[in-house]
Amino acid sequence: MHPLRKQRLKWVVLVVVASSIAVGLITFALRENINLFYTPIQIVDGEAPLDVRLRAGGMVVKGSVERADDSLFVAFLVTDGAETVRVEYTGILPDLFAEGEAIVATGVLDANRVLQATEVLAKHDETYMPPEVAEAMGQGHQRREANKQPSDGSYPAEQKEHRYDR
Amino acid sequence: MAWQWFHQWGSPRWFYQRSGVWLPWLGGAAGLLLAIGLVWGLALAPADFKQGNSYRIIYLHVPASFLALAGYYLMAIAGAIGLVWKIKLAYTAMKCAATIGAALTFVALFTGAVWGKPTWGTYWVWDARITSMLVLLFLYFGVIALYQAFDRVDVANKAAALLALVGTVNVPIIYKSVDWWYTLHQPASLKLTGESTLHASMLQPLLVMVVGFYLFYAAALLLSMRAEVIARESGGGWVKALAAGQGGGQQL
Repeated sequence: MHPLRKQRLKWVVLVVVASSIAVGLITFALRENINLFYTPIQIVDGEAPLDVRLRAGGMVVKGSVERADDSLFVAFLVTDGAETVRVEYTGILPDLFAEGEAIVATGVLDANRVLQATEVLAKHDETYMPPEVAEAMGQGHQRREANKQPSDGSYPAEQKEHRYDR
Repeated sequence: MAWQWFHQWGSPRWFYQRSGVWLPWLGGAAGLLLAIGLVWGLALAPADFKQGNSYRIIYLHVPASFLALAGYYLMAIAGAIGLVWKIKLAYTAMKCAATIGAALTFVALFTGAVWGKPTWGTYWVWDARITSMLVLLFLYFGVIALYQAFDRVDVANKAAALLALVGTVNVPIIYKSVDWWYTLHQPASLKLTGESTLHASMLQPLLVMVVGFYLFYAAALLLSMRAEVIARESGGGWVKALAAGQGGGQQL
């Protein structure tokens, strides 16, 4: 290789390495701010600020969805497996909202660390399969059971999610 | 000799003749695979157990996103070859890859928004994956804009190549963003190692679409590079001879 070309190649590599290090340091410094949402354990531990608009994400606890009869009010618990946070929301939920599915809610934490949500988004996971396969794997079956038999029995079964109980 | 093979790419005439031979094969194979993949994916593959039919947008979204990322590396490597070896054709490849890459990035963002509304409940969210993908679109726009900003071609080439190289740091960030941070966007279903979380009946048409998109990309890149080369070398003897030959052919 010609020495001049070697010299230029070194510059090219230097530009890429230097910019990578710079961006790497910036993203490392901002790593918490890049997260879209707080997990329930962060909220319970007090890492999430109160009275500020933020997002909380987690899985909707099975049997925790309560709906008002006369309004669009809905309350449910989200969990990350370790802790749970209560979310209260008035409005239309996305189609894929269901017990046992992940959501991301935007809102403000009140003094009781209940998220007063203004927006609820469904977080889809990376699993795709035909309905028959889901049925065979027992996932569809489990969802049906969850809909029919509330685990805590705190509210009537009719108020539960029947969306997927076709 | 490896270097000889490398340096023949410096000849626009050689490139024009060779690419003319490859192009029908690439274009034909791309068209065939895309047709098979679209019919298979959009009509024959089963519906998803949760999303129903709306998941089918992955047959455009995933391949377009792959090529938007892979195309950025191609553009940056072409820019680096241009900077180091001063091969004009490498800069031509970089310039053409910028336009195609920007279009594919837009397709990825647009199909994602269309899918996001019924699935997530929103067209857009500022999470790490979607924001870094938007940065990729702006990087492509930046490379295109730098070309327009300079009157002297050699300065424009260098500036655009430098931006392309600096921007490469964004590509692994896009790729790993769903693993490094909490995002609304789900992690990858297609995995390089390990089993895909996409059922085989849905995965097979997707792989056909991915290969079809790669071939389409190659064909589109060659096509626009050929147009660039002809425009740039229009004063050259071989282009004039070509034009005269073709003109004669049309008259007959």
